[in-house]
Amino acid sequence: MSGVDPGRVRESSRSRVRVVGGERAHVGLDRREVRVCVALGLVALVLGFVGLWAGDFPLTPGEVMGALVGPPFAVVEPIAYTVVVEWHLPRVVAALVFGASLAASGAIFQTVTRNPLASPDVMGLANGSFTGMLLGLVVLGGSWAGVMAAALAGGLLTAAAIYVLALRDGLRDFRFIVVGIGVSAFLAATNSWILLRLDVETALFASAWGAGTLNNATAGAVWPTAAVVVLLLLVLPTGAATLRQIELGDDLARATGVALDRHRLLLLLLAVALVSAVTTVAGPIAFVALAAPQIARRIVGSSGIPLGATLAVGAVLLLAADLVAQHVVPLTVPVGVVTVVIGGAYLTWLLRREMRTDR
Amino acid sequence: MTSRTATPVGARRRRLPVVLLAASLPAAVALSLLVGSNLLPPGEIWAALTGGGDATASYVVEHQRLPRTVAGIVVGLALGVSGALMQAYTRNPFADPGLFGVSAGASFAVAVAVAYVGVTQPAGYVGWAVGGALLASLVVVALGRPTDPRTPPTRLVLTGVAVGAVLAGLTTGISLSDPDAFERMLTWHAGSLIDRGYDVTLAVLPVLLAGVVAAVVAAPSLNAVALGRDLAQAQGVDLRRSDAAALAAITLLAAAAAAVAGPVVFVGLVVPHVVRWCVGVDQRRILAVSAVAGVVLVLVADVVGRVAVLPGEMPAGIVTAFIGAPVLVALARRSRATGL
Repeated sequence: MSGVDPGRVRESSRSRVRVVGGERAHVGLDRREVRVCVALGLVALVLGFVGLWAGDFPLTPGEVMGALVGPPFAVVEPIAYTVVVEWHLPRVVAALVFGASLAASGAIFQTVTRNPLASPDVMGLANGSFTGMLLGLVVLGGSWAGVMAAALAGGLLTAAAIYVLALRDGLRDFRFIVVGIGVSAFLAATNSWILLRLDVETALFASAWGAGTLNNATAGAVWPTAAVVVLLLLVLPTGAATLRQIELGDDLARATGVALDRHRLLLLLLAVALVSAVTTVAGPIAFVALAAPQIARRIVGSSGIPLGATLAVGAVLLLAADLVAQHVVPLTVPVGVVTVVIGGAYLTWLLRREMRTDR
Repeated sequence: MTSRTATPVGARRRRLPVVLLAASLPAAVALSLLVGSNLLPPGEIWAALTGGGDATASYVVEHQRLPRTVAGIVVGLALGVSGALMQAYTRNPFADPGLFGVSAGASFAVAVAVAYVGVTQPAGYVGWAVGGALLASLVVVALGRPTDPRTPPTRLVLTGVAVGAVLAGLTTGISLSDPDAFERMLTWHAGSLIDRGYDVTLAVLPVLLAGVVAAVVAAPSLNAVALGRDLAQAQGVDLRRSDAAALAAITLLAAAAAAVAGPVVFVGLVVPHVVRWCVGVDQRRILAVSAVAGVVLVLVADVVGRVAVLPGEMPAGIVTAFIGAPVLVALARRSRATGL
């Protein structure tokens, strides 16, 4: 689980050489990862187009394109413009950007803790947001903005609590993990208790949000949040080199000149910010953060976590899950439910295939 | 010789928690028999236990307190042992005993039973929960078991997470689409010992016993495996046999616990961590002490849950987290808290 796997150490030291020797170390994409990213980008384009087109309002593909490029270049029916650009586009963008955001936070958590089971949702951030949301719902009642603010506060307070409780002569990964488990379980029990005491209708509504949903992804909510997430993702490349060095192990990372505790903290802060931004619109969507880095690692065939491919996998996974949730499943289910089913099945298949090729 | 004179100090210090724990076991059992929403004087409970007493007392003791205490012992023992085995086997602090498909499989089967078959009583859940748990864990082990026993079981852990995610998603989907099933699943997920009579505990007894036997088979090799899987094999440990025994024990015991009380896996997560910090690195010791500590935690949590929110009741699964999580965090903050 820790970096004892010899293949992984080899891979990491290769990257380290690149970090020392080359200007392009921050990008860190090898050729196979680039191919994977391009392929996933094409898949995202196709799925994105389907997302813009599919819906109750009948549109031709030409009308979708026309609405996208806009009036100077195409004749656009006002209603088509409304459906495509104001209704469908925010949701497609939300799925892509939020998926990438969750995946990035998962990659950070798994690298910093060197544990493939670590992710912000497992460490209690999802439960904390849900606690905040439930308290907001019970105490504040009607105002949706207030409830979302409470959810955001819940997630951030949880992160702060874990940090304060785990801090003792530096941020040791093991203590950090165990404190996260404890805080997460405490909050899960709190949520369970609140849900049991609510009436069924309210509890059902809250649980649907707690599973993660894009039903609230309206233009007004998505554009500012997506902008924040993209800005945060732009910071990510500066942390990429540090992440690679952290993969080497504490001692080696220190020896190669990483101010370990400070960098770890900054990276985790970035991860928390990425998740929290998504939560304010979509609720705590589970599993993307945990699964995307592991799926990307297996598609690329690298021993460390490939950051670029991880982002692409997260984006495609959430978009695909949202299309299935909207158009394939007969009932209205939150996207979070579909995400775990699709992501879980795909990860199972990848693990199975990996084992066959090992033989 | 010097090391011999040095050890007793450390050994004595480490014996204290074990002695305290051994003493708290009968105390927890007594509390579980004595305390409840029906206020009865200890004398009457004793009379009821020994065959006398008035009708109310003997009904409460015979039909509520005793079966519930037995259920608590079953659940605590199963989760303590399977949790300790899980941590020894996977070397991952996140790994709870329900990880290899047990929790997700049991929940999924119960959701199907509740939503489509119309099962309503905890006694009716047992067969479904055990069946679902064992079926799901068979799938997980079949898909993810390491081909080379010397490699760490990372892939098995991830397969458990992945298969568990699929089942958990389906479970959520089922319960969100049916308000009635949703309410029952909410109660099941919280984890409780309410109305768990002898019919429930007797039904899981074969599973529990099989799990305990498998744990006893797995125990002797755990220390060698903890040193590293290569090294264990060099020492003559049959890794395939010990892994098979450990996996069987983990899944059977976790399935038994889930069938009785619901997926209250946190007990299996917190107890072995805390026990390891108290008794040191000997895995056989951790296993034995975890069994006792698991029982104490579940019984105490159940008793607290009976009286904490009178006239209602707080499910034991929720109370275990409220008690166990602060203890886990407080002990993790001490410098003696070590990794796996």
